[in-house]
Amino acid sequence: MSTAFDHPVYNYKVVRQFAIMTVVWGIVGMSLGVLIAAQLAWPALNFDTPWFSFGRLRPLHTNAVIFAFGGSALFSTSYYIVQRTCQTRLFSDTLASFTFWGWNLVIVLAVITLPMGLTSTKEYAELEWPIDILIAIVWVAYCVNFIGTIMNRKEPHIYVANWFFAGFMIMIAILHIGNNLAIPVTLTKSYSIYAGTVDAMVQWWYGHNAVGFFLTAGFLGIMYYFVPKQAERPVYSYRLSIVHFWALISLYVWAGAHHLHYSALPDWAQTAGMVMSLVLLAPSWGGMINGMMTLSGAWHKLRTDPILRFLVVSLSFYGMSTFEGPMMSIKTVNALSHNTDWTIGHVHSGALGWVAMVTIGAMYHLIPIMFGRKQGEMYSTKLINTHFWLATIGTVLYIAALWVNGIMQGLMWRAVNADGTLTYSFIESVEASHPGYVVRTIGGALFLIGMFIMAYNVYRTVSDSKKAVAAAQA
Amino acid sequence: MDINVIRGLGTVFALFAFLCIVAWAYSSRRKDRFEDDGMIPFKADNDPQESTENSVEAKKTHDDKGTE
Repeated sequence: MSTAFDHPVYNYKVVRQFAIMTVVWGIVGMSLGVLIAAQLAWPALNFDTPWFSFGRLRPLHTNAVIFAFGGSALFSTSYYIVQRTCQTRLFSDTLASFTFWGWNLVIVLAVITLPMGLTSTKEYAELEWPIDILIAIVWVAYCVNFIGTIMNRKEPHIYVANWFFAGFMIMIAILHIGNNLAIPVTLTKSYSIYAGTVDAMVQWWYGHNAVGFFLTAGFLGIMYYFVPKQAERPVYSYRLSIVHFWALISLYVWAGAHHLHYSALPDWAQTAGMVMSLVLLAPSWGGMINGMMTLSGAWHKLRTDPILRFLVVSLSFYGMSTFEGPMMSIKTVNALSHNTDWTIGHVHSGALGWVAMVTIGAMYHLIPIMFGRKQGEMYSTKLINTHFWLATIGTVLYIAALWVNGIMQGLMWRAVNADGTLTYSFIESVEASHPGYVVRTIGGALFLIGMFIMAYNVYRTVSDSKKAVAAAQA
Repeated sequence: MDINVIRGLGTVFALFAFLCIVAWAYSSRRKDRFEDDGMIPFKADNDPQESTENSVEAKKTHDDKGTE
């Protein structure tokens, strides 16, 4: 089937495979998200079934959207970009297939074990030790293949997107192995080698850098290639992109402690985490401005090109959430926001607004090329536009609902009467959150409908391309 | 030497290294080089599917910038 679309020099097969799986896993992960959002609004949807309950499906949702959807997008785009900017084929086709099948096996294992309740209980690192070892092996293969390709390059300079991808890959290897060090007791149960507060600090060093490297540095690599390509002009300032890279990777690793404000973590470490989070605003906005300004002189293209709109709006959400993040890391703000829905809203402004939108934009650019068409030449541009508005409105509804819920919960929990007793019981704050949960479910559902439209558009693009090839051969 | 002095020196060194990177990236001697490097995504890459107008327009933008 796919041989008709093979490139004479590059390995497009693995790019194509991961691109299709990005759409598939996106639908799976986001469907789970809508389901558990509905369970929060209408708890009866748990059906009193353990494996169908929020506690088991929530980690499956996060793993599916981050590692299955986001991961497939990163594999696909990084393999594509590194070949085209190094002007050479991937280091090893065997390793490329190994990463594809290995990564998808990891996801299937997650789909099986997490609903069974098998978990190491570390957020975003819930998978048990045998799966962790498989992830480490696949990841090292990915690093070897990517860096090997860079070493084989025909182009003397290593383009900035590859720097971001390489930084993300190496750091994720360190984080994954460091955080998941554990003593196995059975095949499905292990205990972390760290204890107490140290365990918490290692977990959030990992957890925040899952955001900082997996969901930021990697996706900035996507941004630095696809925004210039889709806007048809080079990045606004290549020099700024170099400073952006070094500033971002040297600061992100220190910010994790802001997840542990007012905990048993020493006060100085909390403050250090807060200060580093505040400083992070500089590289985040430097990168965002660099991407946005790439459009200077080409803003009119936004009127006609919904793919470019996806990419640019993703940068707006990136700028918004990287302003919100440092603000929430300030201890006094965190005293209000911590453990409330505000945090979940913040994550989704990054995850839906930034990560998913930049991915969708990149996929609409890349998938037609994978099937012998010009960049961005999907079956229907109109449907891309529909998808764009569903995604934007869905994200805005989602985050607005959780801002309202979060601030309300924070204020209710801290309200005290004149005699010092709490004004509200916890259940009163849950009841007050109900309308917000309904709006959030609607927002998520709109985003998901957009993904289904994307899947249809991709399906038609692929089948039309195949028909064209068959007709040409006949 | 006290461990905290070493840690402090480490921080100072990291800041110094970062400032060196900034100076290196923004040195006027490397201006043209980095502008060329920014064009890497548009280089001809024997891709039959790629539309040729893309690279032409990007090239034009690049040349405009060079004459500023």
